[in-house]
Amino acid sequence: MLGPPATERTTAISIDGLAVAFTSRRTTVTALEGVTLDVRERELLSILGPSGSGKSTLLRVIADLIPASAGRVAVLGGTPASARRARAIGFVFQHAELLPWRTAIDNVKLPLQVGRRRAKAASGGEQADPRELLELVGLGDRADAYPRQLSGGMRQRVAIARALVTRPRVLLMDEPFGALDEITREAMNRELLRIWRETGTTIVFVTHSISEAVFLSQRIAVLTPQPGRLAGTLPVDLPADRRPEIRDTPEFVAVAAQARALLEGGARR
Amino acid sequence: MRSAADLRGALARGLVALSGIAGGIALWWAVVTVFDVAPYVVPPPGDVWRSLTGDFGLLMDNLWPTAQEALLGFAIGNVLAIAIAIVFVHSRTVERSFFPVAVFVQTLPLVAVAPVLVLMLGNGMAPKVVIAALMTLFPTLVNMVRGFNAISPQTVELFRVMSASKADLFWRARTYAALPFLFTALKIASTSAVIGAIVAEWIGADEGLGYLIINATYNFQTPLLYSTMIVASLFALLLFALIGIVERLVVTWEDDG
Ligand SMILES: Nc1ncnc2c1ncn2[C@@H]1O[C@H](COP(=O)(O)OP(=O)(O)OP(=O)(O)O)[C@@H](O)[C@H]1O
Ligand SMILES: [Mg+2]
Repeated sequence: MLGPPATERTTAISIDGLAVAFTSRRTTVTALEGVTLDVRERELLSILGPSGSGKSTLLRVIADLIPASAGRVAVLGGTPASARRARAIGFVFQHAELLPWRTAIDNVKLPLQVGRRRAKAASGGEQADPRELLELVGLGDRADAYPRQLSGGMRQRVAIARALVTRPRVLLMDEPFGALDEITREAMNRELLRIWRETGTTIVFVTHSISEAVFLSQRIAVLTPQPGRLAGTLPVDLPADRRPEIRDTPEFVAVAAQARALLEGGARR
Repeated sequence: MRSAADLRGALARGLVALSGIAGGIALWWAVVTVFDVAPYVVPPPGDVWRSLTGDFGLLMDNLWPTAQEALLGFAIGNVLAIAIAIVFVHSRTVERSFFPVAVFVQTLPLVAVAPVLVLMLGNGMAPKVVIAALMTLFPTLVNMVRGFNAISPQTVELFRVMSASKADLFWRARTYAALPFLFTALKIASTSAVIGAIVAEWIGADEGLGYLIINATYNFQTPLLYSTMIVASLFALLLFALIGIVERLVVTWEDDG
């Protein structure tokens, strides 16, 4: 069963002393080392770090795409594998990864058409209506468009709708807006916050943009590069209702400066 | 709104192709006349045209068996190739052990294999069908193995996050990724199946375009030889075009280049 004991109920993801090493023929690359981090239920936590600091690796361990070399990772009180099999995890990749031969709506339906039937029962909830999800991400009128007919931002929104269709309790996002221009990215950030509030999903959001991390998160975890270690976590005490103008407030700038200090402190070591 | 532009584009391309053909015929006629080439080597276009119309019945009677052999071989060869490719995709071990066999079969010279097959299978349709199938098998096999594997590692990860089965990945991703490769393969196969059937008929046959070619050559009926070649290539072209049309109807999600 996935139901966690009462004391842990508020912890969605628990990472304890995680290390990940990639071994090829001759070399061993340590991507992550000694990472300990808890993600609370319904939290939006950003993982901030420079390129090569193991951000994607961390998400991939949580999603059971690669195994941990050492340490313990628990998702919703069980193993990452059990959470994945229960369809409790949604994943948004950096480059949308839509199937080009499926229209937007059919891409959103894909998760409902694969895997075991018991996914529905195990995730404890109903499945979302694909059409409503497309409306939610603002693409209700592009349901029958093929990916090549959509802009990069639209594709990413389809990918988010697809990740939400099984009503996952945990949503992992790997630089989902990294390839978008700043204007689109800020619009997508606001939309993501709205979706997060409306769905109550726990979100782990990977980025290497400080301002994106501050704008979105309740908490930021900063990783240092090679090997990736946790430089620290940073609470973001900004009002829940985040308007674009918030980026110009002194509070926002102060948190951004703290994040930068953590990043640079990590890089110097 | 798009179809009008499409139509105009198709018309323009058709005109360009037609003028190319007309130019080729004019050049042919000019070379034959200017250099006074012996008509039993290269007949003038008029003679070939007279053969095409005059021997039309004979040409069609002999196209029919060749077409049957080519189409049957085409079907068998491609179905086999796709089946083998599916097995290869599901088992690297099988692929590693049997792919060299496929390569070896491919390197056997057709003109050497054909007589052996005629000895084995007799003088009827069977050896021609087998050779046409052999001609199509390898290119389709290679293309389909590539096609089934033409999905990104990220797509594989996407399916894993959804806890999808291997069958899900195959039917919902690999087959679609392979479709453009399949049509490329079928286009190659359409021409090689016709070539295979004709060459097989050279070895031993009493009907078919290959038989007609051999006969016309020995009897110095050069215009008939040429009109047979033209019928053979028109038939292959028809197959090729049909496959292109089906491709456009099926692969709707790709940009047409
Ligand atoms: N499959 C793999 N095999 C070998 N090494 C890998 C593999 N995946 C990641 N690495 C290595 O692990 C380290 C961390 O990679 P990772 O992709 O997690 O970084 P990242 O923080 O996501 O970087 P970016 O911001 O560029 O996406 C890098 O040094 C990378 O080379
Ligand atoms: Mg990454």
